[in-house]
Amino acid sequence: MTMNSTGRPTAPTSVSAAAIETVSGSRGLLQHEDLLFEIGTPETTGVDLPKPKGLKSRLGGVARKVDTGLPGLSEPQAVRHYMRLSQKNYAIDLGLFPLGSCTMKHNPRLNEKMARLPGFGDIHPLQPQATVQGALELIDELATWLKTLTNMPAVAMSPKAGAHGELCGLLAIRQALIARGDGETRKRMLVPESAHGTNPATAAQCGFIVDEIKANKRGRVDMADLKAKLEKSEDVAGIMLTNPNTCGLFETDIREIADLIHKAGGYFYCDGANFNAIVGRVRPGDLGVDAMHINLHKTFSTPHGGGGPGSGPTVLSEALAPFAPVPFVVKDEDGIFRLVEQVDGEASESFGRMVAFHGQMGMFVRALAYMLSHGADGLKQAAEDAVLNANYIQARLKHVMSPAFDGYCMHEALFSDAFTADGIETIDIAKALIDEGYHPMTMYFPLVVHGAMLIEPTETESKAELDRFCDALESIARRAAQGDDTLKGAPYLAPAKRLDETRAARKPVLKWAAPDASKVAAE
Amino acid sequence: MTTYYTKDHEWIRVEGDTGTVGITAYAAGQLGDVVYVELPESGAKIAKGDGFAVVESVKAASDVYAPISGSVVEANTGLADAPEKVNEAAEGDAWFVRIKIADPGELDGLMDEAAYTAYCEGL
Repeated sequence: MTMNSTGRPTAPTSVSAAAIETVSGSRGLLQHEDLLFEIGTPETTGVDLPKPKGLKSRLGGVARKVDTGLPGLSEPQAVRHYMRLSQKNYAIDLGLFPLGSCTMKHNPRLNEKMARLPGFGDIHPLQPQATVQGALELIDELATWLKTLTNMPAVAMSPKAGAHGELCGLLAIRQALIARGDGETRKRMLVPESAHGTNPATAAQCGFIVDEIKANKRGRVDMADLKAKLEKSEDVAGIMLTNPNTCGLFETDIREIADLIHKAGGYFYCDGANFNAIVGRVRPGDLGVDAMHINLHKTFSTPHGGGGPGSGPTVLSEALAPFAPVPFVVKDEDGIFRLVEQVDGEASESFGRMVAFHGQMGMFVRALAYMLSHGADGLKQAAEDAVLNANYIQARLKHVMSPAFDGYCMHEALFSDAFTADGIETIDIAKALIDEGYHPMTMYFPLVVHGAMLIEPTETESKAELDRFCDALESIARRAAQGDDTLKGAPYLAPAKRLDETRAARKPVLKWAAPDASKVAAE
Repeated sequence: MTTYYTKDHEWIRVEGDTGTVGITAYAAGQLGDVVYVELPESGAKIAKGDGFAVVESVKAASDVYAPISGSVVEANTGLADAPEKVNEAAEGDAWFVRIKIADPGELDGLMDEAAYTAYCEGL
């Protein structure tokens, strides 16, 4: 018998991927995708309905005479369009997100299951309150947890995000000032450089005049500058402090700051966006805080950043509690839960209403599920792990990058660009991270640090994942220190390459334009 | 005609009772490519030390502080359409405003060119 001795070769031929061009524009299984307007045309439609008989327009002369120009797509075309776009995206479910809880941390699936229970998911805010007692009880229960964790006597549950919570806190402060007759005279709001960027915006929105306090060399409030600003105190409305601050540092003088501001006759607003780092270990009520918002979507793991609405319950001190917004839930003596809706009676001093209903019910369910599944000890450990992970990154990278400040950080590790060679900037490092398969970190913020790179890994990353990220960043940092010019062109492997930022800002193209028909015909 | 400089990197060129104000080449270099300039209207009253204009680059948005008090005689409105001029000629064509100076005494605390150059070298 004869045998075929020339079998199918099984070892692949080796060719550089960069040399391969594809006709479809796709790269392997990563699909090329055009804009919706380029896929469909106004002449096609995905819906095939017979023309109704005997239909008469009742629009008179106001009916639209020209075509809308919207492309018609079939359902599978539309589904594939968004699926393909989603595959060019980065997500917390794909990998470590160095932006941290500011944008997204892991959303436990148990929360999602609880939020979909019909008793929470299928109810309506206008239902009779007797039929949603469980939901109202959940709001009350979550409020109790928030008050306990912060040691504050009251909480406004309705604000719908962090900055909305800031607005709630400052409106309460303004109302308190008006109530004591200082509304016209106390207009100056002190805001440290290390505060969140939304803080001065909120203060201005509420009619306060923003007075900036400098940061010291340790990245914290410059106490000498604060004291100088408080020398003339009769116009001081309060202070807005972020703690831990945007440098990822605990404001160690916070008790003295609280005392100084109270002595000056002002109120103390604390931005609680970074509560994630201290929950279970520090209670803002013990620090002299008068108002603080809590981002349920940061500290208590509810989705946001395009994945769902935020929620910013705002805790209030004894001094501000009477001015809390309506509606709020109360439990009557007979055990019935009730929404207080009017600025009247028990809410006669309320500054009013911020939203149509009681807040983000779906987020309340998720946050309480997170709290109950972790317990008090678990929440404390989550905060500790968040701080530990950030310090691990700082410790692993401090030899190749430049930590912005000495000592331990809280939940965020902050580096300056001091270690880079001339010509290599923070943005080049950020873009190179994309080639390594990571979303870049927060960059050029906070402003007090030159070329800032702010990394928040959050508590859920394993040591193996942290090491993988650090290996990638360490290698990029070494190239940056050596002045490797190839960094200036990164990312090379991403679906979209680096933009000309200057041109994009100076000559922005904000609208898709149909290709010129005469040119198309000529081709 | 004398030019003075501030620690916030503005310059003012004084001719009679009018001062032409802009940001320094050093500031423009630090900002990087300027993409937007917002200027006050003619007639606006400005006070020394107050932010009277905004300059935005791909890196940052910054207030521009008045080196002197007075009223705006003319704003360089051409910068709105050609912000790149700030990078090309910060201390020349890309001036921001001309101000009618209220109190020439306010010029006393400002730096001359030599002092400003030394100041920048120390940064």
